[in-house]
Amino acid sequence: MTGLAPPLGHRLRWTFTDGLTLVGRELGKLRHAPGEIVAALIFPAVMVVLFGYVFGSAIQVPDGGDYRQYLMPGLFAMVTFSAWLGVMTRTAADACRGVMDRFRSMPMARLAVPFGQTGADLLTGLLMLAMMVGTGLLVGWQPHRGLIPTVQAFLLMIVLRYALSWVGVYVGLAVKNDQVADAMVPLGLPFTMLSNAFVPTDGMPALLRFLADWNPVSALTAASRDLFGNPGAPSGDAAWPLEHPVTTVLLWSAALLVTFVPLSLRAYTRKGR
Amino acid sequence: MPDPIVVAEGLHKAFGDTHALRGLDLSVPRGTVCGVLGPNGAGKTTAVRILATLSDPDAGRARIAGHDVVREAGKVRARIALAGQHAAVDEKLTGRGNLRMFARLSHLSRRDARRRADELLERFDLMDAADRKVAGYSGGMRRRLDLITSLILRPEVLFLDEPTTGLDPRSRGEIWGSVRELVADGTTVLLTTQYLDEADQLADDIAVVDHGQVIATGTPDELKATLGDRLDVELEDPATLDTAATVLKTLAGTDPTVTADRLSVALPGGGFRLFDVMRELDRAGVAAADVRLRRPTLDEVFLRLTDRKELVR
Repeated sequence: MTGLAPPLGHRLRWTFTDGLTLVGRELGKLRHAPGEIVAALIFPAVMVVLFGYVFGSAIQVPDGGDYRQYLMPGLFAMVTFSAWLGVMTRTAADACRGVMDRFRSMPMARLAVPFGQTGADLLTGLLMLAMMVGTGLLVGWQPHRGLIPTVQAFLLMIVLRYALSWVGVYVGLAVKNDQVADAMVPLGLPFTMLSNAFVPTDGMPALLRFLADWNPVSALTAASRDLFGNPGAPSGDAAWPLEHPVTTVLLWSAALLVTFVPLSLRAYTRKGR
Repeated sequence: MPDPIVVAEGLHKAFGDTHALRGLDLSVPRGTVCGVLGPNGAGKTTAVRILATLSDPDAGRARIAGHDVVREAGKVRARIALAGQHAAVDEKLTGRGNLRMFARLSHLSRRDARRRADELLERFDLMDAADRKVAGYSGGMRRRLDLITSLILRPEVLFLDEPTTGLDPRSRGEIWGSVRELVADGTTVLLTTQYLDEADQLADDIAVVDHGQVIATGTPDELKATLGDRLDVELEDPATLDTAATVLKTLAGTDPTVTADRLSVALPGGGFRLFDVMRELDRAGVAAADVRLRRPTLDEVFLRLTDRKELVR
């Protein structure tokens, strides 16, 4: 297509407008599926109640303090991590039902499809975060360090969420089968559980502790605890990622984007079959 | 003959050890319907995927309206559309929602997208279902939506990959009607199918594909003519089957195919009279309930062609 493709300016504009159209597509789906929105929004609230009151009744926060204050950053991280699952199942469904083939055979921008998917996920993610903030405030959670650090914490969540949604695009294009993708969804749970989101990593067996310490979920949780001024600051001998959680989250995000954006674009434009 | 708008020359494509295409050639004149006919696994879909820029050939080349499908994929995509088993619509959107989305992705303005969606829904009789989710559509409605989605930009070439597979006869008839309308508008259609009556109904020219190659081309009539007329005999008494078979063999020179109380035989060309058949059968003491002289069906041509290929290999 070299030299014969439309000028770069056009292509960039198309990438943007086509991407927006596809974001609109996901929002349009939600409009026709009110049940799904309700479920997606109730989920965070259920998590707060379940973990906050069921687990919270038995768990001691290391340096004292309220478990729900300790928990909320972990739940924010958990919701952030759900990003790749949703994007993966939607991408896989498009790939196996032939919608992706129609996109590919149209004169539309190549990059618009993955950008549209990830963009749409970002909007759903913001809604879920808002719901979670609301529930958190209801059960007594609060950020304590003022506006700027609070905003920084949410920005970190959004950056990592966006990076993770590209993992979802790639995996969805790789499995190309919505049933396989659906079956993979429960695999998301261990990812979030193997972290400091619900309990400190100090007491875990060595190998699990190592994995949990380096898990981006832990870094995001630690960073938000710090930025919100919630309890659960790392102990003196904490691993490097928990000592430098903000840097770690940014490094993880960059690494995921650098890896999965090109992989996804290659998988999308590949014409092997 | 006008310039061909679709040209494929020596297309090869292998998936691991499976050779889907082994030097496929195809040429479709502008404004005609070309039926690509073949059994499952013959390479029809692979050929369409290459022509629609979804897949690159290992060897050979193809052009749509003079543009190479590999090197000028963008220009090709602006002129083609794809429907059938490998293109689809979003089940979670309404029919109208799908059309508007794909129209926007075809870079129509918001207003034009809206208008074009309504136009197509109206013309292809889906207005009543326009605001229902596609998940609730019948198979036929879904295919029709799939088909009209590919018409948003009035493509020069429309690829229909098995557009009616799995549909009931009424829905098939509706799809056929829509395809005929398109052709009347000047769209060139390349249609793959395993239903011979579909090719018979719609196609100006037929390319029979087997084992990744085109093994015969021609109009449906030309293809049928290669096989000669056929004689069908239905017996009153099945016990006379063997006697009847002998009579027919003597007359036609080949063994008839036999099913229950019916016999069917290919006739040698020229000067064959139904009266002779009746007389010979009568002489042998066979009572015929029905005797018919007819053109072969495309099915018979197809079976013969794909069969002969087997013997050659």
